[in-house]
Amino acid sequence: MPLNTILLLGAALFCIGLAVVVTRKNAIAVLIGIELMLNAANLNLVAFSRFDAIELQGQIFALFVITVAAAEAAVALAIVIKVYQHFQTANLDKINELKG
Amino acid sequence: MPIENIIFYAFLGLTGLSALFILMSKNILYSAFALIATFIGMAGIFVLLGAEFVAITQILVYVGGVLILMVFGIMLTNRLSQAKVETEVYNKFFGILISAGLFYILAKAIEMADFANMGWMKNTPSAPSSVRDLGMKIMTDYVLVFEVIGILLLLALIGAVRIAGNTREEGIDAT
Repeated sequence: MPLNTILLLGAALFCIGLAVVVTRKNAIAVLIGIELMLNAANLNLVAFSRFDAIELQGQIFALFVITVAAAEAAVALAIVIKVYQHFQTANLDKINELKG
Repeated sequence: MPIENIIFYAFLGLTGLSALFILMSKNILYSAFALIATFIGMAGIFVLLGAEFVAITQILVYVGGVLILMVFGIMLTNRLSQAKVETEVYNKFFGILISAGLFYILAKAIEMADFANMGWMKNTPSAPSSVRDLGMKIMTDYVLVFEVIGILLLLALIGAVRIAGNTREEGIDAT
């Protein structure tokens, strides 16, 4: 398992996540892209943690990233559902009013 | 080629292909299911990297929790009479261009940095880590961060219920 291959996979996942975030109009599709980007970061952390078998900082930080990502997904989906109830759409381009 | 490498490249292919499918597919539900495949492939890579606990957490939290939330979100934000839950795609050219450029820069940087041949990388013993060590570390050195992250998760979940629930009066002047 060469390290460079794993790092390249992490970079590819991050870039795919970025492309999904930029090109999609639906709010939930954007969230899917954000999850991909967070996971790409996790992959790098765990890959380097293999060279740190005593301190294990990479794995511990990856666990914290997973926790924060779960919290983020919960809050973001709650906001999306509330926005949908108000505007009757989840299309990010049509949600352009601050009041009402 | 040892069997470990074959399994590694199989998981690598699963992760990469399903991520590409997310990029190609317009259907949000298919994207969510492809995200499950991506996460499972990444969990397999984590196991091969010696991070069993992170892999299990990945499956439990992402596949068991976040993805179910996503599917619920898709269900609640689309009219079910619609035939397909599709999203519109825009900025296609510039989005792909920017991310391809970023990938080129990152790949170039990874290649030039050449982490695997660095001195401190070579000198470090890549001994297999155990779940026991990880637990000891979390419960001793990182116990404060652990508690803080627990409180953060609790607050976020209470906030999510508060935001999404019907427990509060909507502002009357909002309409």
